[in-house]
Amino acid sequence: MGLKTPLYDTHVAAGAKIIDFGGWEMPLSYGSQLEEHHAVRTRAGIFDVSHMGIVDLEGARVTELLRYLLANDVGRLKTPGQALYSCMLLPTGGVIDDLIAYFMRASWFRLVVNAARRRTDLAWIAEHAPRFGVRVRERADLAMLAVQGPEARAKTASLLPAAERTGALEIPRFTAADTHSWLLARTGYTGEDGFEIMLPAEAAATTWRELVALGVRPAGLGARDTLRLEAGMNLYGNDMDEAHHPLESALGWTVAFEPEGRDFIGRSALLEVRARGCGDVLVGLLLEERGVLRAHQPVSAAPAGAASSRRGEVTSGTFSPTLNRSIALARVPADFGPGVLVDIRGRPHAARIVKPPFVRNGRAMIEI
Amino acid sequence: MSEKIPVDLRYTRSHEWVRQLPNGQAEVGITDHAQEALGDLVFVEVPPLDRRLSAGETCAVVESVKAASDVYSPVTGRVIARNEELVQKPELANSEPYGAGWLFRVELDGGALGGPFLTASEYEQFLQEAA
Repeated sequence: MGLKTPLYDTHVAAGAKIIDFGGWEMPLSYGSQLEEHHAVRTRAGIFDVSHMGIVDLEGARVTELLRYLLANDVGRLKTPGQALYSCMLLPTGGVIDDLIAYFMRASWFRLVVNAARRRTDLAWIAEHAPRFGVRVRERADLAMLAVQGPEARAKTASLLPAAERTGALEIPRFTAADTHSWLLARTGYTGEDGFEIMLPAEAAATTWRELVALGVRPAGLGARDTLRLEAGMNLYGNDMDEAHHPLESALGWTVAFEPEGRDFIGRSALLEVRARGCGDVLVGLLLEERGVLRAHQPVSAAPAGAASSRRGEVTSGTFSPTLNRSIALARVPADFGPGVLVDIRGRPHAARIVKPPFVRNGRAMIEI
Repeated sequence: MSEKIPVDLRYTRSHEWVRQLPNGQAEVGITDHAQEALGDLVFVEVPPLDRRLSAGETCAVVESVKAASDVYSPVTGRVIARNEELVQKPELANSEPYGAGWLFRVELDGGALGGPFLTASEYEQFLQEAA
């Protein structure tokens, strides 16, 4: 018996196949996850992401706290509403979670964290927050809907009172705004434009229905995974975890080593890694043949018998509906490539290292 | 969600179906229950022509975004036809598991279907008990 979002009954009524996801009963798909994927890339889809953790941090020294807790630097955020994607690290440099931090006001930040890491994140933050006089409030009263695709913002804005519509459509990318009773964020996990709506839990089902009535297609976790992997976005637990640091997870770009004077948890460990050189890297893979790449498949250098006897591993794999080919993220020795061999059920299959994203704004970003 | 289980076919506990054809041949596929459980299929591997199969041997793979599943040959014989259309369009096994989504055809050893197999009602009961 798992946890349910305010939209559980709505999903069941829509014929969703429900699965357990980190202790939550979530919709895998409503019939065809491939169609749901295509709907997001070509029109608009809606995801229930209420299982994710929304955490408000309030206090005069909240910026100081986050500049210490997070590997990316919230000090870069100047305009209220601006968002930042960051990892939260252990002193070893291993990743506790990846999250988005929204700078709401000088004394208020909102974090959105992964559902499966909620408890761990809150415990970690609670250890450090009191020292900075910051109050931590988990917003279990809020639900969250992700509306994604080329038509997503227009359809979402059409639900707003006329006076607020223009403002909503002017929200810049990676920024949130208080609109109506919502926090409307132009963020997402699909590689398409769109909004993530944080709203009172009791309004979730009605808002969902209104968007579906406008032609926005309900989409489940299956489509969410194929979309994010096409977009080259990491999934915590697969592509990084507490045993791996950002530099070997293609997340070096999210670590702000400058300014040098900013100490953050994990900084010294990462500086050591950077100094001695990072042996492994996270890369994109495109399977050259038919088949499906999946997590944990071993990756070896090609041609067979090449110098490096070290192996890599697929961290996330799937079939890309937009490219009609299998794609993956994999952690491999830095000297691998461009061709590699992936062991799929005991046989080697040729794959090519490519730089993600694989797809953005509906179009292939790599050569097929 | 009602599942279709045609009465003229025979079934295995691993969710394959067998259709007896004239001239000592048989056709094999996966059931509606199997395609429903797997989700959208994106890749299908079927045995090559002339391959000899023994009943119970793994002989094919059906793969969805979610998982890969081995298909076990219900019959003993020689592969005489593969569904090439299915290889190009795996989704046929989702939309027409008992028709256009067939996997392969076999020339049965001694013309015998073999078995034992489940009838449609026995397979239905098996699904209910397993649920």
